[in-house]
Amino acid sequence: MTSPVPVSPVTVNLVGLSRSDYRGAASTLCQGCGHNGIASQIVAALYEMNLIPENVVKFSGIGCSSKSPTYFLSRSFGFNGLHGRMPSLALGALAADTSLKGIGVSGDGDSASIGMGQFKHIIRRNVPMVYIVENNGVYGLTKGQFSATAEKGLTLKKQGVNQFLPVDICAEALVANATFVARSFAGDPRQLKELLKAAISHRGIAILDVISPCVTFHNQENSIHSYTFGKEHEIPLHELSYVPAREDITIEDYEEGTSREVTLHDGSTIVLKKLDKDHDPTDRMQATMVLEEARRRNELITGLIYINPDEPSFFDGYGLVDEPLNRLDDSRLRPSREALDQLNAVFM
Amino acid sequence: MSDESPLPAIGAGVQTGPIVNDFCITISTVNGSGSATANNLLLRALFRMGIPVSGKNIFPSNIQGLPTWYTIRLSKDGYLARLEKDDIVIAMNPASFKRELDYILPGGVLFYADDIKQEITRTDVIAYPMPVKKLIKDADVAPNMRDYIANMVYVGVAGQMLGISLDELYAALDFHFKGKKKAIDSNFSVIKAAAEWTAANLEKRDPYRVERMTGMTDGCIMADGNTSAALGALFGGLQFAGWYPITPATSLAESLNEYLPTLRKDPQTGKYTCIVVQSEDELAAIGMTIGAGWAGLRSMTSTSGPGLSLMSEYLGLAYYAEVPCVVWDVQRVGPSTGLPTRTQQGDLTQVYFNGHGDTQFVMLIPGSVNECFEFGWRALDVAERLQTPVIVMSDLDLGMNQWMTRKFEYPDRPLDRGKILWEEDIDALVKENKDWGRYLDVDGDGIPYRTVAGNKHPRSAYFARGTGHDEYGKYSEEPEVWERVLDRIARKITKSIEYLPAPVLTGDGTSEIGIIVSGSAEPAVMEARDQLKAKGIATDVLRIRSIPFHTEVKDFLRDHPRVYVVELNRDGQLRQLLTINNPEYATKLYKVAHTDGLPLTAKWVRESIEAHEEKAS
Repeated sequence: MTSPVPVSPVTVNLVGLSRSDYRGAASTLCQGCGHNGIASQIVAALYEMNLIPENVVKFSGIGCSSKSPTYFLSRSFGFNGLHGRMPSLALGALAADTSLKGIGVSGDGDSASIGMGQFKHIIRRNVPMVYIVENNGVYGLTKGQFSATAEKGLTLKKQGVNQFLPVDICAEALVANATFVARSFAGDPRQLKELLKAAISHRGIAILDVISPCVTFHNQENSIHSYTFGKEHEIPLHELSYVPAREDITIEDYEEGTSREVTLHDGSTIVLKKLDKDHDPTDRMQATMVLEEARRRNELITGLIYINPDEPSFFDGYGLVDEPLNRLDDSRLRPSREALDQLNAVFM
Repeated sequence: MSDESPLPAIGAGVQTGPIVNDFCITISTVNGSGSATANNLLLRALFRMGIPVSGKNIFPSNIQGLPTWYTIRLSKDGYLARLEKDDIVIAMNPASFKRELDYILPGGVLFYADDIKQEITRTDVIAYPMPVKKLIKDADVAPNMRDYIANMVYVGVAGQMLGISLDELYAALDFHFKGKKKAIDSNFSVIKAAAEWTAANLEKRDPYRVERMTGMTDGCIMADGNTSAALGALFGGLQFAGWYPITPATSLAESLNEYLPTLRKDPQTGKYTCIVVQSEDELAAIGMTIGAGWAGLRSMTSTSGPGLSLMSEYLGLAYYAEVPCVVWDVQRVGPSTGLPTRTQQGDLTQVYFNGHGDTQFVMLIPGSVNECFEFGWRALDVAERLQTPVIVMSDLDLGMNQWMTRKFEYPDRPLDRGKILWEEDIDALVKENKDWGRYLDVDGDGIPYRTVAGNKHPRSAYFARGTGHDEYGKYSEEPEVWERVLDRIARKITKSIEYLPAPVLTGDGTSEIGIIVSGSAEPAVMEARDQLKAKGIATDVLRIRSIPFHTEVKDFLRDHPRVYVVELNRDGQLRQLLTINNPEYATKLYKVAHTDGLPLTAKWVRESIEAHEEKAS
């Protein structure tokens, strides 16, 4: 008799799911594409947060970035909409069940050009969802045209020299009164994961501008959208940790006066450890200054730039019933015969 | 009198026999002067007297200061279409005074504000001055309200001269101001003063008067199509509306907001079961609507031509990804910005061919205000049953004007939520070892089963997309997969035609002449039909209520040697669609179409058909 081969137990999280329950289909993007790294961190963040995939809905527009929602969370519903018009699609869908977490993935072409209007308006409404802009400064799927976030003076093979100043996703978000503005870098997975967790916990629009190099059409060392530049010039605003609700914050890890905390609506906390300077992300003026300084110095600043955790979210203003709208039965949706009789009497 | 048999020219003041409950009044005012209230009062009061009436507002795309006209037709026989000339004109606007004079029939009547110091060039009309300024000065009204209340003078004068009692006018005021005593009383004081002045100072020299009637308005209400559509949708379980302001559709969405608190607040919790969102543009309005429809909400948007053009791309996605949603197209005059405040049936071919690639959009075409209510709920049923966008083709005339119409009827069937699977449904499928794929044709009717976000079953989710996909929603560029899925979508609609509102036949179907009509063009056609019948020309009328066409339409074409397609556009768009779908009968389809911004008249329809019949014989 031989003893059975011991099977190594699959590691599961608090809701009994393994990492593979959060995965998606195999990526069809280029090897080394920054977008793949972002998809992995979404998987990691949700696994660690013990979120059930069925409680997440994914949205995207059109472009390389917008293909990526199929590369994570196969067990979540998703809708790949039209170019630049993911936000409106997400707003309508999230109304059906406001307990769902929305994750939208867009790109710089999708959000900073055709979708600028919807980008601005979903921010203005503070629709509760994570809005990731996978920002590489180039149109990849149509093979290498400048996007609106490409820096002035950039040279691309078939396009020549870019003559225009770039759109800054974070600055645009801030001006539109976003309640959560962060920037990260696909080459900094640890920070990205923590920011993703914070964004998912935020009740409101969470704009996450992720510099995500395009290895095929635009990975020039001197460009802000390249791995080399990011690795050499990334200036994190803080060392950032996301602490879930009900978990004691080990504040003693930090020297007194070197960290600050922001409590989110669901009780979780973001602990920000001071680095070079003490950036207060709840101060909109400071957030604006930080972006402007980074622009002048040609630096890639990353981290939580601005947050206002207390602003009411879009759905708070509509006084909707507590249960998901899409589960209401007919008796709750059709007014009575008497109500119609009364209307007929009024119109007589 | 209608414009069909004008009075012989007679001198002012010569009395003929009375003309009762059968004439047309046009009120000419300046827009932004509050005349809508006064006009609606007259209309409502006449309706309450049991007289069939219709009111049409011919207004400019402007907020204040340009000429605007309101036409009230009284028809003891119940005809609701527009007439081409007026029996009575009430002139309050000096700028359009000369033009108004031309539109009065010989022997007709002119009421005019006596501060209009212009020559009355017509000797064949009876003219009555109205001392508007003086009566307003004497009235107990705040100076800033005087301009708005000035229009009550003509209500009082015309009411007195035609025989509308003060009680009826008071009741109409009560309706308009929803019982607000102060507004009712200040307006009524002017009406009363004007009526008293008239009784004391004007001698009636014209034949027009109104009399209470019975039997013609029983079971009827008076409402506009946009309000009715909104109410219908709310009774149809609407849960989401995304919209952007555009004339003439705006009042549809605004009516949703107006009636949400009374109709769609949960009685237990006082919370809403429907959400209405004003979007940043039509691109977003349709995006929201489709997002909501995809996630299992009964969703709609309302717009007009320019907005519909912007919605094209998303509608194409909804067609291919099979997302239920409803679009109300309250048509106005195009192309381009066109005439935003005038009416047309000009979007039929646009909607039929909407978007790139092969598509087929389901259209519902309401022909009355009552049907706007019915299609309000029915369109949501069709959209969810067929899992496809449904475009409801209303227009400005139907949507914004007040119509006498049958009472709203309570929906005769429960909500049809279509083929939707929740957790227990998927469990059952799994137990039976059955497959679930979002786009699998399980029942052979071409309509697949769908799940929606929020379903917690681990096998419920799928990824919706406008790109090529197979029966499981997986991305695919396989030639046979593409063709199979697209053919199945076509099949699902052609197999469901019987589910759509069937055409309505008037006549016994044996006439030589057939007339096909849709939407708000019907009243002019039905009146023309009676006029033709009086001349010994029999016709059958088929009113189309949905596209793709029912088989009855082909039968109608087969059975009639000559078929006139009457519509309010330049190119004969309904005829074009009938031709494409029935090429074998193309040569017997005749275009009776025109568009000048105004609703069709029976006279024009009748004369167009007569002219062609003469040529044919």
